[in-house]
Amino acid sequence: MSVLVNKNSKIIVQGFTGGEGTFHATQMIEYGTNVVGGVTPGKGGTKHLDRPVFNTVADAVKNTGADVSIIFVPAAFAADAIMEAADAGIKVIICITEGIPVKDMIYTKEYLKGKDCRLIGPNCPGVITAGEAKVGIMPGFVFKKGKIGIVSKSGTLTYEAADQVAKAGLGVTTAIGIGGDPIIGTTTKEAVELLMNDPETEGIIMIGEIGGTYEADAARWIKANGNKKPVVGFIAGQTAPKGRTMGHAGAIVGGKDDTAQAKMAIMKECGLHVCESPAEIGKTMAKVLGKVVA
Amino acid sequence: MNIHEYQGKSILKSFGVAIQEGIVADTPEQAVAAAKELKTKYNSDWVVIKAQIHAGGRGKGGGVKLAKNLDEVKEKATAIIGMQLITPQTKAEGKKVNKVLVAQDVYYPGASPTKEFYMSVLLDRAKGRNTIVYSTEGGMDIEHVAETTPDKIWKEEIDPRIGLQAFQARKIAFNLGLSGNALKEMVKFVTALYKAYESIDASLFEINPVLKTSDDKIIAVDSKVTFDGNGLFRHPDYEAMRDVTEEDPIEVEAKNAELNYVKLDGNVGCMVNGAGLAMATMDIIKLSGGEPANFLDVGGTANAERVEKAFRIILRDPNVKAILVNIFGGIVRCDRVAQGIVDAYKNMGSINVPIIVRLQGTNAEEAKKIIDQSGLKVYSAIQLYEAADLVNKLLKGN
Repeated sequence: MSVLVNKNSKIIVQGFTGGEGTFHATQMIEYGTNVVGGVTPGKGGTKHLDRPVFNTVADAVKNTGADVSIIFVPAAFAADAIMEAADAGIKVIICITEGIPVKDMIYTKEYLKGKDCRLIGPNCPGVITAGEAKVGIMPGFVFKKGKIGIVSKSGTLTYEAADQVAKAGLGVTTAIGIGGDPIIGTTTKEAVELLMNDPETEGIIMIGEIGGTYEADAARWIKANGNKKPVVGFIAGQTAPKGRTMGHAGAIVGGKDDTAQAKMAIMKECGLHVCESPAEIGKTMAKVLGKVVA
Repeated sequence: MNIHEYQGKSILKSFGVAIQEGIVADTPEQAVAAAKELKTKYNSDWVVIKAQIHAGGRGKGGGVKLAKNLDEVKEKATAIIGMQLITPQTKAEGKKVNKVLVAQDVYYPGASPTKEFYMSVLLDRAKGRNTIVYSTEGGMDIEHVAETTPDKIWKEEIDPRIGLQAFQARKIAFNLGLSGNALKEMVKFVTALYKAYESIDASLFEINPVLKTSDDKIIAVDSKVTFDGNGLFRHPDYEAMRDVTEEDPIEVEAKNAELNYVKLDGNVGCMVNGAGLAMATMDIIKLSGGEPANFLDVGGTANAERVEKAFRIILRDPNVKAILVNIFGGIVRCDRVAQGIVDAYKNMGSINVPIIVRLQGTNAEEAKKIIDQSGLKVYSAIQLYEAADLVNKLLKGN
């Protein structure tokens, strides 16, 4: 078991023949991910990386049975690519693209309502199920197979957490990079819920950032559902000034409720194990699990 | 991206939003000419001289003055243009005023009393929808209103499939206590305001105050317009409104070098790949006894050229006493980044602050060797806690 993607997932790459798409599709294939083809409008019928290229996502689904898509399409066209994937019946849409206008995402989020699919991202590193499928841009070797699920708004901080987890003698089931934009397809709470329901995941690391209410919502949900698995949390940006965007479009302190301090206080109240320092994530998880096992 | 009040008002007007009319001036002479023109066009005997800077609370700092005749226009414009304006939203040293908006007097007496309201349009992140926030308490700090009298603030959520509906605009006008002609004017105002927001890829409109005049017109007396930076590629004409003199010069230089940099007030600089890890690194600096001097995401391609640019930008800040480089090399190989750091250091020649380099990920051990054998004043670490300890030791040593 794992969540979202596994060795049986049939994955297509949107923006397959572009620079980013080619580079990361190659890395995904080397990891052993089941990439069945790709989409580049106008290049249908050709081959790329030894796999078929299609003009539309619908063609790709019809010919390959793809159920997962990863998007490397430029920001101006990425929202359209997400909607095309949803329309074609893709079940898990993972959008890596950074810089999509908020207005496009408002419409896209509305379009996806009621459709049988899940969007991860945009502006995210993707999803990896250790040892099975890497559908993203993360360095695969950092994610050792194990029992810990990771949910994170940040790319490199996810790698940091996975590395610390490995050094603490633990490993990862699935790591979900939910993205750093103001509007994202899958919230912190929804990603945590997936891992709570995954029998192989024994502990969850939840990494957030300043801005918005996703972490607080997730913490309240975790408590309301009886803290079934230990959750170690960290919020980046304790030292970020108010009103400034810190790299990620969504990482901006608007008021007193979306600071790192406010989120960490709510997480503590809800029974999460909160790390003050990002250097303590792995150790904290090991300690918490030790206690739980004993 | 933020723009000035006068620019925001010109955009609003182009979408049919009624505004307090005005003319922008760079000199006291231009201000006097503007006042004369406002008298001819709008029969405004008095005018308001408003400092144009990217910060709120201008009135409190003496940046907004009423002038009752042309002599006063000249006197007050002379005082404001070139002043260092300090408001609750600026840094301690304030901001230099380069332009003033000479605006018509809209608080003239008439049949009914004037009334000030608050209105903003922004994204409700939890719902993923735009929302109009409004209040009867105009002209005040809205955060203060939210704390003291939250019942005087309303929100109207907009369904993206159909946009703002007439009944919603009417509800807003009724909640604000309006009737008769003022109600009709408010419906027109809200409708035009939302159309403008949707059309220009804005991320925030804040109109404080929205004024009901004594003859029942509804107008925007101030305007704060912020654009979604990711949508600007669709609006080159608005992007041209960017005023770099309002921004920190080091931040402008960083932006031109395509580095994501935010200047802060601390003593330890940092260079990191990835926004989340960059914020986390700032937090580590604080926990280790320092204060972060900046946020800097060097991005995915940390080669020698970019690393050198980043070092040069960090070192432009004289408060920097140490630099922490924190790179998690995934697909980027750490040994290449390490070589980039060594090359940049040698190229620059005159780095007088200690540098702590933490490289983790692909080829981290080789990277550490390159740093350790370079003979440079660079401390290396692999684990994040080791880097934190080094920051702590170096700061204590100073």
